[in-house]
Amino acid sequence: MTDRLIPRDRASHPVLTIPEYRSSVRRAPTQPLLSMGSTPAEEHGPRFGHSLIGPLDNNLILNWTRGDAPALGERILIHGRITDQHGRGVPDALIEIWQANGAGRYRHVKDGYHAPLDPNFGGCGRTITDETGGYSFMTIRPGAYPWPNRPNDWRPMHVHFSVFGHAFGQRLVTQMYFEGDPLIDRCPIVATIQDRSQIDRLVAPLDMAAAKSMDYLAYKFDIVLRGKRQTRFENRLEGL
Amino acid sequence: MTQTPPLLRETPAQTSGPYLHIGCLPVTNGLSHVYDTPLPIEAAHAGAKGEWITLQGSVFDGAGDVLLDAMLESWQADAAGLYPGQAGADPALSGFARFASDGETGAFSMRTIKPGATQGPDGARYAPHLALWIVARGITAGLNTRIYFADADNADDPVLSQIADPARAQTLLAQPLGEGVYRFDIHLQGDNETVFLDI
Ligand SMILES: [Fe+2]
Repeated sequence: MTDRLIPRDRASHPVLTIPEYRSSVRRAPTQPLLSMGSTPAEEHGPRFGHSLIGPLDNNLILNWTRGDAPALGERILIHGRITDQHGRGVPDALIEIWQANGAGRYRHVKDGYHAPLDPNFGGCGRTITDETGGYSFMTIRPGAYPWPNRPNDWRPMHVHFSVFGHAFGQRLVTQMYFEGDPLIDRCPIVATIQDRSQIDRLVAPLDMAAAKSMDYLAYKFDIVLRGKRQTRFENRLEGL
Repeated sequence: MTQTPPLLRETPAQTSGPYLHIGCLPVTNGLSHVYDTPLPIEAAHAGAKGEWITLQGSVFDGAGDVLLDAMLESWQADAAGLYPGQAGADPALSGFARFASDGETGAFSMRTIKPGATQGPDGARYAPHLALWIVARGITAGLNTRIYFADADNADDPVLSQIADPARAQTLLAQPLGEGVYRFDIHLQGDNETVFLDI
């Protein structure tokens, strides 16, 4: 249970600040991070049971009205698999998502954008991965929205993801983008990731094989969490 | 020697943005009816063994302004130094807490049990601490740090002892205010910049 986590490759992640993302300028540590191997605090972590999850929790089209009226917008399925760095599925991983509605407006007291709220859409969903690490959400495609940064900056269409593995040191918050969105390459938040191939990891491809005729499109978003070091006990350890 | 396949790269982080409350704290942000069962976000429950404490603080940016939109998560051992899931761990201690800066004042507050010293599989002793993780608009990838206690025995802690400058090590010490209340402020930049960890 307490095998060491594989050290985090910082080049896989965003830099702490770039001037084009204004909010990062005063919120990025300036001193180097203190490098340490993982310890029990990072190797253990909270676990959440499937009993937490209700039948509509992963359906953002219906969960705000509890099934009474569907959210407005383009119906989509977002699905994928969570694995560790060894490619093994991570079962029982809690995923929480949040997003703007189809018009690009969040149901949040501090979102002042004048696009309308959708009376049928809340904007949050959650699920826990199955035994293979698989997950899915039904939702509507979020709208792009303008934000106060440089003049006329717009966020590409995106869904925020918060993911728990089995260890606190695996904790990850990220965003999923949509294949083909021209705003991705103009977004300074995306640009905090300086490795193009890593940006591509966040761009979910259209997945017609999982789309349903006359019903919804599908996008596939796989997530890789940190793994634990291979040990000589490897064959006895299942997953993490 | 068998050839091991190359490791997959971790999915990159992105900032939580300012609206993380929708997804992570729906109950206190006008979305309480969406889920039947709220996520358990209290670290300790009635009957937990040990000393109840309250941790209070704020997160400050490089201009000295308090963040109004930060979310924090902590993870800790019980009073005997056992993590949930370990044999003999206190069942009333979930170990995990999620809390946020107040949207008007920036203050956060959380109640828990003061953790005990923990032991690594290699026998290393870690002074009582909580692992802490912070996300907010402008934080491009979640920041990790730790809360230790100024009134605990912190000698030879493997993490604190790596910090050469004692003034910087101070940034990881919660200061007792009496009556079980501790102050722990986080400074993202500036003279008192908190030590952040590459865990
Ligand atoms: Fe957003």
